[in-house]
Amino acid sequence: MTLLKLIWDELLGMFVDDGALALQAVVLIAVIAGAVKLAGLPPTTGGFLLLLGCLVTLGLSLSRKTRDK
Amino acid sequence: MTWTALLPTLTAAFLASLVEVVEAFTIVLAVGLTRGWRPALTGSAAALGILVLIVVIFGPLLTLIPLHALQFTIGTLLILFGLRWLRKAILRAAGWIALHDELAAFAKETNALKAQTAERRADFLAGMAAFKAVLLEGIEVVFIVIAVGTAHGQTLWAGIGAMAAVILVLLVGAAVHRPLVQVPENTLKFVVGLMLSSFGVFWTGEGLGAAWPGEDLALIGIFATFLIFALAAVRLLGKPRTEATR
Repeated sequence: MTLLKLIWDELLGMFVDDGALALQAVVLIAVIAGAVKLAGLPPTTGGFLLLLGCLVTLGLSLSRKTRDK
Repeated sequence: MTWTALLPTLTAAFLASLVEVVEAFTIVLAVGLTRGWRPALTGSAAALGILVLIVVIFGPLLTLIPLHALQFTIGTLLILFGLRWLRKAILRAAGWIALHDELAAFAKETNALKAQTAERRADFLAGMAAFKAVLLEGIEVVFIVIAVGTAHGQTLWAGIGAMAAVILVLLVGAAVHRPLVQVPENTLKFVVGLMLSSFGVFWTGEGLGAAWPGEDLALIGIFATFLIFALAAVRLLGKPRTEATR
């Protein structure tokens, strides 16, 4: 069980460092996927919005980190 | 299969694996030089066995997932993984967190092993240190190979890139017998963060059905966008350098 926990913790740590960054990225992807699949947003536009959203999300995370110190 | 599709996969797998393998090598080397090569190699071999098991179990499962769903899932994971790397790399380059230092990591592990010398299970603990290092860094290599390779059916090429990194580190490591401090790890991590984030956006978009302009070449445009953003962020957030630690 210790081994499984070790692997699980490593897997989780691979994707989540700043929890808010991970959460915002997941919400961003979900919203864009929803807009493409359900609201008729052109997929390529969705792709570009995803790129823009990732930059904004990353920028917010960096801003939080540097503001805290 | 074109070079425009192949080269990014090969390069990303090689560079990302190089960083991970160098980190694992540092710990295994510390174990080998402090407690002997038997626990170092036994721990490493056990970890490699588990990694092979993970690939054998989970690899075939991926082929059951429809391509678009696979691209979307892998792309999402790559965005999370890549943004995390890129965030850290930007903060390191801007001086907000310490640069990664293999010598410091080596010294820390060596000191920890020396402190355990009196213990009856010292060899076992040393073997476990090597085991954990190889397993944990190896899991990241396995993920990287699967992530950058699977979505375009290039797992073999991604695997070759990763294997080249392993062979290179082992050859150089065996020759110099010390931590590979000459490897520009912090720069590599910056580039890898950019590449993984770019792959993530590209494949999540493809998973949604996006027809990227220029097809695979769009990956270069996405990479350039992340690069410009990251360099601007480093410039904006720049502050005096934090001392290097692990």
